[in-house]
Amino acid sequence: MTDNNTVDVETLARAKEYVKQLEAGNQAQADLVLGEITELRESELFNELGRLTRDFHEAINGFNSDERISLMASSEIPDAKERLNYVIEKTDEAAHITLTAVEAALPICDSLDGTLAGLNDAWERFLSKEMDAAEFRKLSVTMKNFLNSSNSDLTAVKSNLNEILMAQGFQDITGQIIKRVITLVSEVEKSLVELVRLGSGLSVPAAVEKNEQSEKSKTASNGADLDGPQVPGLESDTIVQSQDDVDDLLSSLGF
Amino acid sequence: MSSNKDIKILVVDDFSTMRRIIKNLLRDLGYTNTTDADDGSTALPMLQAGGYEFLVTDWNMPGMTGIELLKAVRANPDLASLPVLMVTAEQKREQIIEAAQAGVNGYIVKPFTAVTLKEKIDKIFERIESEKA
Repeated sequence: MTDNNTVDVETLARAKEYVKQLEAGNQAQADLVLGEITELRESELFNELGRLTRDFHEAINGFNSDERISLMASSEIPDAKERLNYVIEKTDEAAHITLTAVEAALPICDSLDGTLAGLNDAWERFLSKEMDAAEFRKLSVTMKNFLNSSNSDLTAVKSNLNEILMAQGFQDITGQIIKRVITLVSEVEKSLVELVRLGSGLSVPAAVEKNEQSEKSKTASNGADLDGPQVPGLESDTIVQSQDDVDDLLSSLGF
Repeated sequence: MSSNKDIKILVVDDFSTMRRIIKNLLRDLGYTNTTDADDGSTALPMLQAGGYEFLVTDWNMPGMTGIELLKAVRANPDLASLPVLMVTAEQKREQIIEAAQAGVNGYIVKPFTAVTLKEKIDKIFERIESEKA
């Protein structure tokens, strides 16, 4: 197509002719010139369309023959979906473990709080000598029971807090999985940019290229050959299934 | 270690959440003198500066990985005998064997439990004690 900044001389000449004929009142002649202008324009468009179609066809062919891309489409993208579903599963599990532990700990805290308030009131009355002996004996029993139960209550709260602590391990596991999916997505992005480049005959926009490079440098040393967390259904062949298997393997090596 | 809970421990993991979890678990076990680093290349100079008596490290980290850190530790005469516990999501047999050959003292796969961490740490120190005796 003609450059946007320069005017097609032939078109300009015909346009001037068209105006001239109109001003002279020669409608039939003017229509003829307008027809010529349209024709000129159309042939340029068809040429351009032909070139685009050819380039696009070549790009599609190039795309099909790229094994990396067919691997991404046939297995890595479906795997990525599995992985992301596993991320949802793990985050869901961690959230529930956390909520369950909080729900178990809060009533214990409430009950401790209530008993403490009652004891505090009673103790105040004792200190201001408003308490008779019978009531004091009652207070003494309540106090003893509280001291006994608060110990086990605190143990229970601590165990809930530990469960919450351990549940946060999901962030490491899911983070590693998501990092892998991001690497795949940027690879797909690169291929799409390549497709656009081939199809349009335009150069890749500088911003995209820059983005790709920074992605590359980010993932280059990221242990790309390591397997990372195993996702159910997508395990590699040679993994151990549990900590017990690890221990067995190590003890077979003399550990 | 059972006798000395004041020993200085370095925890290396690229995920800050995991570093915090491990440090909290260690504190729960009585080990309060812990420091952390986010990958091997940060950890190694800290170890070289001295004072650490136990290393807990992840495997898969950007920059320097845990296995590279382990090898660097074993290759350094000052650090060669430092007990190293690997806590990682890598669970391929070849990798566990590689870690064992590189001289790891214990290997825990993520996700793990507080009980497992305690067992492995105790075991490492029992072994060291019995070797000394």
